[in-house]
Amino acid sequence: MSKPQNAPGDVRSKSLVDYLNDENVRAVLYQIIAIGLVILAGWYLVSNTLHNLEKQNISTGYGFLDLEASFEISETMIDYSAKSDYASALIVGLLNTVKVSVLGIVLCTIIGIIFGIARLSSNWIVRKLATVYVETFRNIPVLLQLFFWYALIPAAFPHPRDALEPLPGVLLTSRGMYLPVPLADNAYTLMGIAAIIAFVAIYFIKKWATKRQDATGQPFPMLLTGIGIFVGLVFLAYLIGGAPTELSTPALKGFNIQGGYNISPEFMAVLIGLTVYTSTYVAEVVRSGIQAVSSGQWEAADSLGIKRSVALRKVILPQSMRVAIPPLTNQYLNLTKNSSLAVAVGYPDLVSVSNTTMNQTGQAIEAISIFMSVYLGLSLLTSLFMNWFNNKMALVER
Amino acid sequence: MSENAKLPPLPVGTFVERSVTWSKKNLFDGWFNTILTLGSVAFLLWLIPPIIEWGIINATLTPTIEGCAEATGACWGFVNANLRLILFGTYPYDEQWRPLLAMILLMGIICASLGGVKYPNVRKWIIPMWVIGVPIIAILMWGGVLGLTYVQNSYWGGLPLTLILSSIGIVFAFPFGLLLALGRQSNMPALRTLSVVYIEVIRGVPLITVLFMASVMFPLFLPDGVTIDKLLRAQIGIILFTAAYLAEVFRGGLQAVPRGQFEAGESLALSYWQSMRLIILPQALRLVIPPTVNSFISMFKDTTLVVIIGLFDFLGTVKLALRSDPAWTKYYVEGYTFAAAIFFLICFSMAKYSAYLEKELRKGERR
Repeated sequence: MSKPQNAPGDVRSKSLVDYLNDENVRAVLYQIIAIGLVILAGWYLVSNTLHNLEKQNISTGYGFLDLEASFEISETMIDYSAKSDYASALIVGLLNTVKVSVLGIVLCTIIGIIFGIARLSSNWIVRKLATVYVETFRNIPVLLQLFFWYALIPAAFPHPRDALEPLPGVLLTSRGMYLPVPLADNAYTLMGIAAIIAFVAIYFIKKWATKRQDATGQPFPMLLTGIGIFVGLVFLAYLIGGAPTELSTPALKGFNIQGGYNISPEFMAVLIGLTVYTSTYVAEVVRSGIQAVSSGQWEAADSLGIKRSVALRKVILPQSMRVAIPPLTNQYLNLTKNSSLAVAVGYPDLVSVSNTTMNQTGQAIEAISIFMSVYLGLSLLTSLFMNWFNNKMALVER
Repeated sequence: MSENAKLPPLPVGTFVERSVTWSKKNLFDGWFNTILTLGSVAFLLWLIPPIIEWGIINATLTPTIEGCAEATGACWGFVNANLRLILFGTYPYDEQWRPLLAMILLMGIICASLGGVKYPNVRKWIIPMWVIGVPIIAILMWGGVLGLTYVQNSYWGGLPLTLILSSIGIVFAFPFGLLLALGRQSNMPALRTLSVVYIEVIRGVPLITVLFMASVMFPLFLPDGVTIDKLLRAQIGIILFTAAYLAEVFRGGLQAVPRGQFEAGESLALSYWQSMRLIILPQALRLVIPPTVNSFISMFKDTTLVVIIGLFDFLGTVKLALRSDPAWTKYYVEGYTFAAAIFFLICFSMAKYSAYLEKELRKGERR
């Protein structure tokens, strides 16, 4: 059906119909049409947009980023005031997004692994409890869960005047949780450096230990050594730095609590909501990952006399990680993307700050393009990192 | 571990004896499991009785604020008093039978479509059902013909709106997603690039940014004098978003069809579209039914996000009811629990059905 069968030497020129019936010609034609349509639609939309913006007297471009933002943000990780420009407001929002996403990812992984293993427990009641947890929280929209926690936290805890103090120095109030934090001191910088040195040392010892185990079969108590080196070095740095003991403890002053580190109800609601919701998906990923490891591996570990808990840790989980990493990446990305729901409970994340910016300046297209590209960038970064990790973990086959 | 190697003991003895054997094996197998069991039981004893006391024993259904103030437990009276506001939003009170009917019809079509997947004689009716059903639902909701008064869609709300947004979203995203998936698998580089860029960009951003784009930027895209209302904009945003996810689902199905099937089509001299329609798609789509149902479930849950751009879906109407009277505001636990229960029922049953379908489909493969 494709090419007309011309005898060699036949110089009869092909007619137009022959050309149109040629698969290759058609393919090129289709693509030209498709690209043409996209360009046409794009041009139409852009010209409409420019016309509309002109009519509404909105200037285009990112010049507004240098203007004074003139709105306060309740939670900032960097210096920010209403006098700062829009660019720093957006960076504050981005940092808040990153903060809640990173914490959420760590917590949901821990909780998810626990519940994933619990769903396969030989203990009937533990298994059922884990199933109920997973099925309940994954079938309720995450936004509803955020609203619920956000309504619950201020209502469940008392006014700052009669704050709960579950641990000395830790205050629970309707305005969030207050933690005591050490006052800034040079010793803490020193401790940070010590921690980095400890990590480097652990990395090299681990390398040496793996090599020795490969060569001689002798295991090395890496976990204990690692903890020892880390705690020892950091503590040493603390002592060298003069062992500062001054804390900034939260206390009631006037109508509000001063000092300490405040974890706002908004942040708690977003963190709890995202963690609980995503942990159910992580649990399912972990469960199917463990189930994907063939039962022969359990039996092999048994026949070598390895304890069941050790077999889970050293034989089964490392293999199930391979199956679990790609879907786990998806869940981390989902959590990061879902953190944008923070806008609904007033946690100043990127979308929330952009929304305020958009309302104040009218620069809708610019603001939306900024947060869309930031999320795209975050997604790409996460998947690049997870791809690298996946390749590292992948089965090395001969 | 040696116990596991043996065959499971036959159920012998009296009921009590069997229960003891069962508990020993499933609850008190070793000290670790015993601690877990006792801990779990203690946790349940701490958790369950207060919930029952609050939710059932001390609760009230009296649909008045005074009745609720008297009760020490849950105030289900809040739900009872505001049920029609929660279910139908601000739809004109006397006309609320219309969204109710539309909702029942829509649920019926959804159930029939899900069930039709298994029964071939229902399957052939799926497309006609949607083709006939959607206009009927539109007539019921909008009115303006057949003696029904016209209701602007800014008054729509509640559960019917959630169902409409998510099911229309998936129905319209279906063909679009299929085209994107075919584009991504195509060997024409330009088409492939366009599809990949679209799919990856949409999948890389959160739904809320797409909804913001739909609600803020769409009006700017349109020429003078043309406006589309907020609901339609949200619906378009949802369709564009879902299509990218469905495209990936379909791609999975297309990749699972063996290469030989494509070649078989070619060797029969079928054109691309013929071999897709007659050979590839019937096999690919069969495989993607369970993940498509899962996409529908996430779509259904994600529809709640339209609250953020100011539409009153089922979650939005619960918030509306909570704000309708300052005295109701403190009964948010009851309101949210009610909404959560409805969402849970719908999502859980669909998820179970999808898992069942997956097992059924695998059964066919194994044979």
